[in-house]
Amino acid sequence: MADVLVLVDHAEGVVGKPTLELLALAARIGSPVAVVVGGSAGVAERLGEYGAVTVLTADAEPTSVVAPVVSLLESLVATRSPAAVLITSTTEGKEIAGRLAVRLDAGVLTDAVDVSADGDTVVVEQSVFGGSTIVHARVTRGVPIVTVRPNSVTPVATPVTPQISAVAAPAVQGRHAVVESRSAIASGGRPGLSEASVVVAGGRGVGAAEKFSLIEELADALSAAVGASRAVTDAGWYPHAAQVGQTGVTVAPQLYIACGISGAIQHRAGMQTSKTIIAINKDAEAPIFELADFGVVGDLHVVIPQLIAEIAHRKGA
Amino acid sequence: MGGAMRIVVCVKQVPDTWSEKRLDPADQTLDRAAADGVIDELDTYAVEEALRIKEATDGSVVVVLTMGPAGAADTVRKALSMGADEAVHVVDDALHGSDALATSLVLARAIERTGFDLVVLGSESTDARMGVMPAMLAERLGVPQATLASKVEIDTATDPATVRVHRQTDDGQAVVSAQLPAVISVLEKINEPRYPSFKGIMAAKTRPTATWSLADLGVDASSVGLAAAATAVSDATQRPPRGEHTVIKDDGDAGVRIADFLVSHKLL
Repeated sequence: MADVLVLVDHAEGVVGKPTLELLALAARIGSPVAVVVGGSAGVAERLGEYGAVTVLTADAEPTSVVAPVVSLLESLVATRSPAAVLITSTTEGKEIAGRLAVRLDAGVLTDAVDVSADGDTVVVEQSVFGGSTIVHARVTRGVPIVTVRPNSVTPVATPVTPQISAVAAPAVQGRHAVVESRSAIASGGRPGLSEASVVVAGGRGVGAAEKFSLIEELADALSAAVGASRAVTDAGWYPHAAQVGQTGVTVAPQLYIACGISGAIQHRAGMQTSKTIIAINKDAEAPIFELADFGVVGDLHVVIPQLIAEIAHRKGA
Repeated sequence: MGGAMRIVVCVKQVPDTWSEKRLDPADQTLDRAAADGVIDELDTYAVEEALRIKEATDGSVVVVLTMGPAGAADTVRKALSMGADEAVHVVDDALHGSDALATSLVLARAIERTGFDLVVLGSESTDARMGVMPAMLAERLGVPQATLASKVEIDTATDPATVRVHRQTDDGQAVVSAQLPAVISVLEKINEPRYPSFKGIMAAKTRPTATWSLADLGVDASSVGLAAAATAVSDATQRPPRGEHTVIKDDGDAGVRIADFLVSHKLL
């Protein structure tokens, strides 16, 4: 069975859930081969729990932007002739995918929401135009390079003892940008917006910057990430990085709770593929209700505190 | 001051956010006739950033570059009216249906032909949203990518000049620097794009605009367009309407009702 290369996302030795999702998809196409740059020993073990038959580890060269990973994947494609290369659909993951595609003259498909095999063909499902259209696509030249959106599938625990090999990262050719310093996002201990299973988002109806703490409280009660509509980030009530929408982050969590968000097309484009949507809004005519599985016409400043109390009550019960 | 640069800004004409987007059933490409075309909002930040860099250096020139059908000339004109000095419009019937690989090839050839010290793009387009073009261009041009910038600084005291950006990814922030020539991409809200002035709109009409075909760029027509694409769409369908749909009016117990919903859907 052909290899499927999975580029592993990890932070300080912790493998991200989106990587475990990639392993589940890789197993449908071939033999999952995890590629780890600069990881620790526990990483390989974790990858094995989720079906990585082979783990290839390479030393990190953290000082140049994107290029070292591209060169590593290029060399692994040459030596292992994989059936596909799977990368998480983060902004940086898409840059890696794009450069690799040029390097190999191979087709790249981004933001897949599902990947499957049809004989020898890798079939990629994408959700385009803000989620209004479902597309099935395939790569017709070169090894398929696919970036997959977090939360597209559920990780599958399929424990194997992976074969671990160290691979030498090839020397990077040419001039590249150099990283002078790095800092992690201050998330207040919350999950990242694009990979969170639950997102609680606030809109203009929250009313004021200081009232956004209510959205954060609900998010924390559900171990959720915090999102915001463009009206909120434009008004400076919440950091721009939290903006969900056409010009912000696209999310597809298991649960999306829209609080005081009217649901303009700009916002819907970033969240309408969420599996379950709950909306709370004072205006019964708000378009967000067209999308909601469960909608509440009411004052979020009344409804959310009651919901938070109820969640605490039921968790305690 | 000093350190005159040739700054190329890539812009794309996209369907207006507020108009309906669909794929042409004949060939599964974007039906551009079905929607009003406008300059991509994310590209207006790139144009503004290029103009600011130009204004902070002596003698720099901003060249706006687009690839697209004849109607995309409006997009070029918008950037010129904001203050860009020159324009290049790559237009060729053979380009219809080009994928990202082909698009990056054509743009790279056009950038090389016009000459550049710095290439500026929006971080992604609001229609395709692939977010690959800045990285692909850096790869094709063989220059550093200092992309996903929330802040850009140019230091012309070094030789060659240096660009330093605050790079914002999903994982965090980094300060990244590169010697020119280089490719940068900018995030939304890095700046407040200016509105074209009346003077700017009038001046745009007299700014030099080159229209180049594939032959002008030495690109073989068989290497671009739908037939040469390395990816293909098999089918496209409208997302079915969502199944369940309950909307209640809060009678004082809505918080409890939501909790009930969460429990019944195993979300709590």
